[in-house]
Amino acid sequence: MQLTQRAKQVDRRPMTWLEKLYLWNIAKGMWITLSHLFKRKATIQYPEQKRTFSKVFRGLQILNRDEEGRERCTACGLCAVACPAEAITMEAAERQPGEEHLYREEKYAAKYEINMLRCIFCGYCEEACPKDAIYLSQTFAPSNYGRQGFIYKKDDLLIPNPKEDPEGYKKALGDRPPRVSESSTV
Amino acid sequence: MYLLAVDWYYILEKFLLIGLVVTLSMVVAMYATYAERKVAAFLQDRIGPNRAGIFGLLQPLADGGKLFFKEEIIPLVSSKFLFILGPCLAMITALLTSAVIPWSTSLHLFGKDIPLQVADINIGILFIFGVVSMGVYGIMIGGWASNNKFSLLAAIRGASQMVSYELPMGLALIAVLMVVGDLRMSVIVNNQLEHGWHIIYQPLGFLIFFVCALAECNRTPFDLPEAENELNFGYHQEYSSMKLGLYLFAEYINMFISGVVMSTLYFGGYDIPFVNEATWGINQNLLAIIGFVVLMTKALVFVFVFIWIRWTIPRFRFDQLMKLGWRTLIPLALVNMVATAAVILWLKK
Repeated sequence: MQLTQRAKQVDRRPMTWLEKLYLWNIAKGMWITLSHLFKRKATIQYPEQKRTFSKVFRGLQILNRDEEGRERCTACGLCAVACPAEAITMEAAERQPGEEHLYREEKYAAKYEINMLRCIFCGYCEEACPKDAIYLSQTFAPSNYGRQGFIYKKDDLLIPNPKEDPEGYKKALGDRPPRVSESSTV
Repeated sequence: MYLLAVDWYYILEKFLLIGLVVTLSMVVAMYATYAERKVAAFLQDRIGPNRAGIFGLLQPLADGGKLFFKEEIIPLVSSKFLFILGPCLAMITALLTSAVIPWSTSLHLFGKDIPLQVADINIGILFIFGVVSMGVYGIMIGGWASNNKFSLLAAIRGASQMVSYELPMGLALIAVLMVVGDLRMSVIVNNQLEHGWHIIYQPLGFLIFFVCALAECNRTPFDLPEAENELNFGYHQEYSSMKLGLYLFAEYINMFISGVVMSTLYFGGYDIPFVNEATWGINQNLLAIIGFVVLMTKALVFVFVFIWIRWTIPRFRFDQLMKLGWRTLIPLALVNMVATAAVILWLKK
């Protein structure tokens, strides 16, 4: 039975004199390697050139803001519950009067940490979030010298403020498809 | 007085030449490591080292610097004197072979001819063979002094390999010597200038010599003494820092020198093919420099072929290696020798 067309018949005939001599086969092999000398190289010069990821690439998490630069996260904890690797920790706090320009709703995350050594980049947090507050970007966590460096705090995760740094905001937002289910109203 | 009768200029000249040749071997070996990495990368569709300096040209310096600053570990149970002697011997024997090689025609400086050859001794090629067979001591002593079973086994492998392949190498060479009728390196080269390269007369002999040179330099497909991935590295397993560096470096010097020796024995040495450069009527010094460049080109092509082979052919098994050496190459070399002798006799009659 043949499942694919790719199967190759193995030649099991005894070796001819030329093949036993081995030299001719070496010459053929050398010719193959020599031809690779002039082929296009597969290398991507990493820090200068970067491989473009697919649109659905699941990279480093980003905490989102709305158009006015207010944090969307309400510290409901659904992402932490959804997380199979238990990488997310958070502490909630109540929004004080006068902080309306900082936080979108009455409750916000005072502390929000993701342990990137535990995270498996499954994207369940993004799926669980009812506020479009967390999503996986098209970058990945850079290397670090210590374990502590891999515990990303709120400062590391927050997207740049669209009012202060619109370019950075746009760049961090990337070209991910917008979520249809999310309504912009509270 | 006897002391004053010594030609001091002669001694100075020779010392300068020795210094130059040793430096040359070192630099070529240094950049052979770079070439190895670069060629390997290109054959595997990669780019290779390109960060240290332009095109990564400073990479060998960085590697050398790293080896110097690494911690030096001498195992407590090793015999310390032999442990240090091992890499030194490997290095010395690798460098010694360059002494009898005629690098080019003679220079004419300060009113005297300076031959570009350290010593034109009348047993030139035998000297090379003697020194090359000394090279096995570096491996044996290093492997033995490490007091490690893997090192010792690798040393035994290496020693038996080098001893086995010296035989067909020598037999292949005898055919060349019969053609030339002299052991002197300069005579061997001059004979090729007159009668054409020895590769024309001795293609089979060259093939045998080349295969044996691969084995003598411990290069793939005969790099069993240092099969790092399947036989647990080799005789230099216990070595670290620059002592390891010396072993690895000696291998590259051997590679370069064997390239030079093969060019000298079979490819006309410093002869430019298809032209008679003596009729150009240009300056003798210029001619010497051109000859030197030609010899270097030939040798470096050999170095490239060595590297190219390494990244093409997988390693032989030990029994295959021994079978090839004793049951194929030695009979072939003997046949080649007898055939050459018969042809020479027939032509002379």
